[in-house]
Amino acid sequence: MSGAPSRWTDLRRFTAARVALGRVGNALPTEPHLAFQAAHAAARDAVHTALDVPALQAALDAPSLVVASAAPDRRTYLMRPDLGRTLPAAEAARLPACPGHMLFVLCDGLSAVAVQRHAAPLLQAVLPRLPLPAAPVVIATQGRVALGDAIGAAMQAEAVAVLIGERPGLSTADSLGCYLTWQPRVGRTDAERNCISNIRPDGLPIPLAAEKLLWLIGAMCRLRLTGVGLKDEQPTALPAP
Amino acid sequence: MPYAHTLHGTRYTFPDLRTLLARATPFRSGDALAGIAAGSAAERVAAQHALADLPLRRLLQEPVVPYEQDEVTRLIIDGHDEPAFAPIASLTVGEFREFLLAAGSETLAALRPGLTPEMAAAVSKLMKLQDLVAVAARCRVVTRFRNTIGLSGRLSVRLQPNHPTDDPRGVAASTLDGLLLGAGDAVIGVNPATDNVDATCTLLAMLDAVRARYEIPTQTCVLAHVTTSLRCIERGAPVDLVFQSIAGTEAANRSFGVDLPLLAEAREAALSLKRGTVGTDVMYFETGQGSALSADAHHGVDQQTLEARAYAVARAFPPLLVNTVVGFIGPEYLYDGKQITRAGLEDHFCGKLLGLPMGVDVCYTNHAEADQDDMDALLTLLGVAGVTYVMGVPGADDVMLSYQSTSFHDALYLRGALGLRPAPEFEAWLARIGLDAATPDRLPAQLAPALIGLEA
Repeated sequence: MSGAPSRWTDLRRFTAARVALGRVGNALPTEPHLAFQAAHAAARDAVHTALDVPALQAALDAPSLVVASAAPDRRTYLMRPDLGRTLPAAEAARLPACPGHMLFVLCDGLSAVAVQRHAAPLLQAVLPRLPLPAAPVVIATQGRVALGDAIGAAMQAEAVAVLIGERPGLSTADSLGCYLTWQPRVGRTDAERNCISNIRPDGLPIPLAAEKLLWLIGAMCRLRLTGVGLKDEQPTALPAP
Repeated sequence: MPYAHTLHGTRYTFPDLRTLLARATPFRSGDALAGIAAGSAAERVAAQHALADLPLRRLLQEPVVPYEQDEVTRLIIDGHDEPAFAPIASLTVGEFREFLLAAGSETLAALRPGLTPEMAAAVSKLMKLQDLVAVAARCRVVTRFRNTIGLSGRLSVRLQPNHPTDDPRGVAASTLDGLLLGAGDAVIGVNPATDNVDATCTLLAMLDAVRARYEIPTQTCVLAHVTTSLRCIERGAPVDLVFQSIAGTEAANRSFGVDLPLLAEAREAALSLKRGTVGTDVMYFETGQGSALSADAHHGVDQQTLEARAYAVARAFPPLLVNTVVGFIGPEYLYDGKQITRAGLEDHFCGKLLGLPMGVDVCYTNHAEADQDDMDALLTLLGVAGVTYVMGVPGADDVMLSYQSTSFHDALYLRGALGLRPAPEFEAWLARIGLDAATPDRLPAQLAPALIGLEA
C-alpha cells in the first residue's frame, strides 16, 4: 500500500512498539491481551528454567567443567547479586591452572534459554580461530558476569569471555551477552570489560557476533587490555540493526 | 543515641536513628541486600514501636547522613521552616500518624515547609496501605506549564513513545497512538536510546513539531542527562522541561553526574526560554528506591528513607512532574508485586506530603516476581490515592528500556473506573478532535500522520 497513512493500523509500519492494538471499552481486545501474556510467559520461563547442563556439555565440541556460584537457588540468585558473583572456595579448588589461556565461561545469568541455544554455536565459530590456546570451557550455574573474574583468577587465565543470558525483554527471551575481560581477577569493574550484547537470530546473529568477538580478542591481545581503552573499531560489514 | 523497645519479653535495641528506621521498614529485598533489614518480624515491630515513641524533632537533631558530608542533608536542615513545623513540633512519630489521618487538605498543605523527608519516611513506616492512600488523597499539588496538572478529579498521563534506535518516525507513530488513546497531558516524554546532543536535538525538534502542528496544549521532553539538555538549550533547541534522575544523597547524585548547583543552572536555563504559557514549572525529575544502594552511596540508610530524601532535592527546584520508577530497578531491591506495591504507595505518599506533583511509573521487569495483575492492583490503589499522573506506553511494553509499564489503555481504565478526567486544557483539545469518548479507526483529519512526517 502506498500514500499517506490514514488508518490507525497504518502506524504499525513505523515501529515495533505495540501500537494500534484496538480498543474495547477502555481495554485491549482479547487477541493483543493474550499476545502480551504469551510474551511475558516466554520471558518468565527464560528466567526460571534451569540450564540443562548435560545437554549443553554434549552440544560443545570442547572439554568442559561445571561449577556453581554461591547462590543456592534462583530466588536467592535474584535477590542477592553478590552471591551470584562469588565462587565458593571448594569450587575454585577443583579448577585447573591454565596460565596464558583464553577462558570461556558459560553462565545461565537471567536467561538459561539464551545460553542453551546460542553458546555452543558461537563457541564452535570462535574456538578454531583463537589467537591463543583455549582453557577447558567452564559452565557456571546461578552466575553473574563477575563470576567469570573469580573463575578466571582461579585458573590464572590470560583473559575470560563470559557468555551469559541477558535479562529477557517481552520479545527477546533468548538474548545472549558476551563480556570480555583481560587478566580477570576479583574486583574488576564493568569499565574494564568489553561487551557484545543482543546475540540472537533476530538481534546480532551468531556469525556476526563471532567475527566481532574474534576482532575484540585480537585487539585485546595486541593492546593487552580490555574496557574503555579498547574501542570497538571493527569495520562495519553490515548496517546496524 | 540508642533506642530500645521490649516486645513479648525481649528487649530490642537500636544503636542509632538510621538503624532504627531501617529495622522499622516493612521488608524489602534491597534492605536485606544492604544488610540493614530487621532480623525477624518481631524485631521489625519492636522497631516500629520505638519509632512511634520517637519525638519528631529528634529527626531534625540526628541526621541520617552527616550534615558535614552531604549537601542533601544541608538542604533539608537549612531549609527547614520552624513556624510551619510548630503545629506538630511536640508530637511523636506515632502521634504524627494520627494527626495526618485526621487532618484536612489545607492543614496538610500548610505543613509542607515544616516537614523533612525523614519525618515523611518515618511516619510511612507505621502506616498500612490504606493510611498511605487516605492521607495522600487529601494532598493536592497543582503545577503548570502549558496546561494545569494535579487538579482534583483529574488524572494525567505521560506519553512515553520510546524507540530502540530513536527513529523519529517510530517515536512519532507511538506518539500519535497515545494521543488517539487520550494520553499525553502530563508530558510527551521520550527516553533517548543514546544520550548525545545531536540525537536529543533531533528528537526535541520532532516532538515540538508534533505538539505545534496538532496544537496540543501540553509539554514535551527528551529525558536526556541534564548536561545534554543544557547543551541543547545553548544550541537553541526547543526545550520545554529539563529532566534529571535524582537520588537522596550527595554521593548518589554524583554517581548520576549531578549536584544541586548544576540543577539550579539547568532550571535557570529552561526558565530563560519562557516557553510555558500558563506557568513556569520547568523541571521533571525521576527517582526510585534502591538507586543509592546501587551506587554504593547509601550510608547505611534504608532505601525508602533515602528515596524520600530525593524529594527534598526535587522540591528545591519547583518541578512540573516527579515520578518514582518503582519496579524498574529489579528484584534485588523490590522482589515481588507485594514489595513493589507498598513501595509505590510509600513513594507517592511521601512525595505528596512534601508537596510534590507525584506520579508513579507502575512497572516491573521480567525477573521480578510480578505480573499484570500486580500492576492493575497498584494502578487502582494509586488512582484512589489521587496519583498525579501515570505512564502511557504502547501496549505496556517499552521496546527500548525492556520493561513493562502501564499502557494508554490502563490509564483510560483508571479514568473510567474512578471518574477521573484529563488536565482541563488537554480535555478540551481531545473533545475538539473528537477523541473524548472512543478511538476512531480512520484517523481524524486534524491528526493526519503526514503532518508529523509519517509518509508511506
